Amino acid sequence: MRKTSSILKSVLLILLALFFLSPIYIIFVNSFKDRQELYDNALALPDNFSFQYYLEAMEKMNFLSALGNSLYITIVSVVLIVILSSMTAWMLVRTDSKWSTVIFMTFIATMLIPFQTLMMPLMQFMSAITENLNIPMYNTREGLIFMNIGFHASLSVFLYHGFIKSIPITLEEAATIDGASKFGVFWRIIFPMLKPITATVMILNVISIWNDFLLPSLTLIDTALRTIPLSTFFFFGEFTIQWNLAMAGLTLTIIPVIIFYAMAQKHIIKGIGEGAVK
Amino acid sequence: MPNRNKLKWFLLFTVPLIFIFTIVVLIPFLVGIYYSFFEWDGIGANPKVFVGLDNFVELWGDNQFLRSMWLTTLFTVLSVITINVIGLAFALLVTSRIQTANAARTLLFMPYLIGGLILGYIWQFVFVDVFSFLGEVTGLDQVFFNWLVDPQFALYGLVFVFTWQMAGYIMIIYIAGIQAIPNDVVEAAKIDGASTWQRFTRITFPLLMPALTISLFLTLSSAFKIYDVNLSLTGGGPANATELFAMNIYQEIFGSSNYGFGQAKAIVFFLIVAAITLTQVYMTKKREVEM
Repeated sequence: MRKTSSILKSVLLILLALFFLSPIYIIFVNSFKDRQELYDNALALPDNFSFQYYLEAMEKMNFLSALGNSLYITIVSVVLIVILSSMTAWMLVRTDSKWSTVIFMTFIATMLIPFQTLMMPLMQFMSAITENLNIPMYNTREGLIFMNIGFHASLSVFLYHGFIKSIPITLEEAATIDGASKFGVFWRIIFPMLKPITATVMILNVISIWNDFLLPSLTLIDTALRTIPLSTFFFFGEFTIQWNLAMAGLTLTIIPVIIFYAMAQKHIIKGIGEGAVK
Repeated sequence: MPNRNKLKWFLLFTVPLIFIFTIVVLIPFLVGIYYSFFEWDGIGANPKVFVGLDNFVELWGDNQFLRSMWLTTLFTVLSVITINVIGLAFALLVTSRIQTANAARTLLFMPYLIGGLILGYIWQFVFVDVFSFLGEVTGLDQVFFNWLVDPQFALYGLVFVFTWQMAGYIMIIYIAGIQAIPNDVVEAAKIDGASTWQRFTRITFPLLMPALTISLFLTLSSAFKIYDVNLSLTGGGPANATELFAMNIYQEIFGSSNYGFGQAKAIVFFLIVAAITLTQVYMTKKREVEM
């Protein structure tokens, strides 16, 4: 009796979870259907699995180029965020001065500023730098990476700061007495110990940067520079009525996310949980 | 000499990030405050006219702005409730001793990974085509119709999609909170004869206050600042009925080229976000119980 009820519960729970994801099923099955089939029954499996809409959507979205841009921007931004914010956080924790406190508090306080408050002056400033100093900040992927680092600095420093505070200082002191430089101490001793929080910082930043739309839409003007959210946006602007093509396009954009999730599922859920508790 | 050496290392480690952060966040923030006192159309060659606090006074006569403020408040209240109720329910389900709990947790979290812009497009299709189809098949056309053409239901549609996106994320935070509750406390209550409901309301829930503080903070601030889902699901329509705060600011600045006036809105936006989130954290922190 007890066993059947527990099996029933298991089945019900998984059904609930699958029902929850039904919109993904819906766009997937409809990405193979022609117009008539779609209107006959939007929920049924398609008659045949032809990839013609995928090929067409890939071409119209310039999908491979967008995927490349998204990967490049996300990976370089996240690597630099990890390096710079862990170094900064470590120094702030280990230097006992009022400047450390002021800097740390400034990082924390700015977490409350919405992006909309910064976007216009930021764009003015970036195009001013581009024009007057000839540093290409505006309309380049590298400029966007620079801005990504700035916007994600606060949260990353905050997470590292909390974690580093719990590491005993004695280890570092021993290494310093042995004559290692600060640089050596940090990279050889401290950074490896930060692994759990580095995973959290990386995951939170990957999700946020990969999916970001507004900032790239303001900075990247050239079509060749578009990221996945940007190319999806313009794709929908042009082909709103052609739903089957749109469904294939949406499925394409979700595939990299599913691959990422399948590979790092445990770390992601753990990382999110830990990030929130801090 | 050692102090000098220490300073050198301090600067070497912190200056790169502080430099970037200053250029990207601090300077634009200060310049933004400055811009909000001017009237300007965003074209460099055209003059910026100093108008003092006029922009901030004018705001209260801008009906679309006031309306978007009200809609955003309504949207935020509804979503914070639905996301936290559903997220907590999910968390309780997947932490119970059910075999498929881990698989269910994995699936429920997934929407959060897909960005808001893409989620909005997915649900646009569901509302426009699948809902109409379901309405025809089931005859329940009071529930299943294209929500996005009705001003009121379009806003509910936003709440619906945003809940779908965030519930799994908030679930993870509640799971962390539930797992931090020592098992013996719950077991002791069980032995004392407390029912499941009593155990939840008297033990689990009060001990979840820290998780609630974080969840409320995250849902409150992200709901209030919502933009991507708003843009792709409804685009602010029908007839501006779902133009929320962030979109109103974007439209004012980049749509109508009222850079100064729009920036004043953006500053007010910041003040409201800061006030709401700080008040919430302060109030729920007070209610956290120490173990």
